[in-house]
Amino acid sequence: MSELHALIGMLPFEWAQLEFMQYALLAIILVAPLFTMLGTLVVNNRMAFFSDTLGHSALTGIALGVLLGISDPLWAMLVFAMIVALSINYIKNRTGVSTDTAIGVLSATAVALGIAILSRGGGFARYSRYLIGDLLSITPQDIIGLALVLFMVFLIMLGASNQLLLVSINSSLARSRGVHVGLVELLFTLSLAVVVTISLQWIGILIINSLLILPAAAARNWCRDMKSYHLITFIIILLCGVAGLIVSFYWNMATGATIVLLIAVVYVISLVFHRS
Amino acid sequence: MLQAFDHHPHDQSAARGSSCGLCCTTVDDLSVFRGGKPIVEKVNLHIHCGEITALVGPNGAGKTTLLKAILGELPHSGSLNYLDAAGERSGKPRIGYVPQRLDFDLNSPVSVMDLFQASKGWRPTWLFPSRRLRGPARDILARVQADHLLDRRLGALSGGELQRVLLALALNPIPDLLLLDEPISGVDYKGMQLFYTIVGELKKEYDLSIILVSHDLPALIKLADRVVFLNRTVQSSGSPAEVLNHPDFLQAFGLDSHSLELLGALKLPREACP
Repeated sequence: MSELHALIGMLPFEWAQLEFMQYALLAIILVAPLFTMLGTLVVNNRMAFFSDTLGHSALTGIALGVLLGISDPLWAMLVFAMIVALSINYIKNRTGVSTDTAIGVLSATAVALGIAILSRGGGFARYSRYLIGDLLSITPQDIIGLALVLFMVFLIMLGASNQLLLVSINSSLARSRGVHVGLVELLFTLSLAVVVTISLQWIGILIINSLLILPAAAARNWCRDMKSYHLITFIIILLCGVAGLIVSFYWNMATGATIVLLIAVVYVISLVFHRS
Repeated sequence: MLQAFDHHPHDQSAARGSSCGLCCTTVDDLSVFRGGKPIVEKVNLHIHCGEITALVGPNGAGKTTLLKAILGELPHSGSLNYLDAAGERSGKPRIGYVPQRLDFDLNSPVSVMDLFQASKGWRPTWLFPSRRLRGPARDILARVQADHLLDRRLGALSGGELQRVLLALALNPIPDLLLLDEPISGVDYKGMQLFYTIVGELKKEYDLSIILVSHDLPALIKLADRVVFLNRTVQSSGSPAEVLNHPDFLQAFGLDSHSLELLGALKLPREACP
């Protein structure tokens, strides 16, 4: 940790001497593989709306944390996001309700409930940092936590990503090849819930889903197979992440939004110059 | 990769205690209920090796439900049993499944090779090299005249090419029972001809038991060894001529035997009608 820290400090740039910039850079290096693994799957398995709802439901998670009197609402957010993930899974598999409609209703309810509770007494401004996120506030403890989550998700994806690929083609086909569709989808949605929830304090509720989806969506316009798809997605997040961090530092803008904006530019380029 | 095949249908002496003599898969008393109502009720089938059993029936007859029950995707009563000719191996059949026309995202960056690598163990396609799997995958694809498609994107394949790739996947490993669920819907005429020719050849070569669901009656008549007319339960079964000329069948499809002749390829002995 301190070695990495010192290494970044040796970079011959003004911004690289500042401690909060060093931590932010480390965070981006950890977030890039994490969001590559999950974002590529979210896009391939058509779950963009689902991950969006996970982000929005965090508002209710924060509100529950406040009601329960927990100073750091992260745990309340995590538990609530997992409940949301399980509910959507259940709705998708067990009932005849259209998934889009069900997720839409859940998403709107979670946002409304969160805002209603948090705005009681006119104090919503205190929580606006969750909407926008602050990457520069990241602490060494956060980075260790992020590294642990990366490791866990990597292990889960080692076992589940091939199975999820088959599910994305056709779930009956996957089942005929021995895939436990329900189990791998559950593992995936729970991983997604955890990653979205812990990242949104740095990225922001409003744009976390864009950071998840846009890089993979751009890479899809260029790639013909899974290896290049993952590699290009990773490169987009890493380059736009570092560039966004530096640009936001010199222009004094929110880091998360700047990164997403750069990725959006890459996406537009990928739309114009896509593979034949 | 190509597993030694363990069916010996011509070794009649070895068949003992089996209800169907040769190697076969039996569906016994299978019912599927949804909300307390039977979707498929008391279905009994004998699917023989080296034969294509066509499953026909009007929309809503429960064909897809029956396939999903056989796949183990829907809870059901009754049982599914496989018995090889020697009577040595029995139990649940190994099933190969070719789905209906897929509705996956055509922009998906998944190549044919990715599909084979993903179905060949846990090593993620994005992390591990596929070099050692390429040769075997190409051999399997060659069985369905699709070895040139190895590096193409799934979304860039024509309907016929995609169905052949999925057929190759279903044949690896060689299944005891191959389910083809309307495999050629949305495939052009040439692609359809090629698909059926290949299925016919594979049937002989690997002594496969095949269940084919299709609305394409002319093709069924040419291809199927046996036809099962399903409408919630098995209404009739037998040779194509017997089933397709059955009054119940003709009524369910709004046909008469004259219109079947117009569909072509049907040279039925009239005396086959009950």
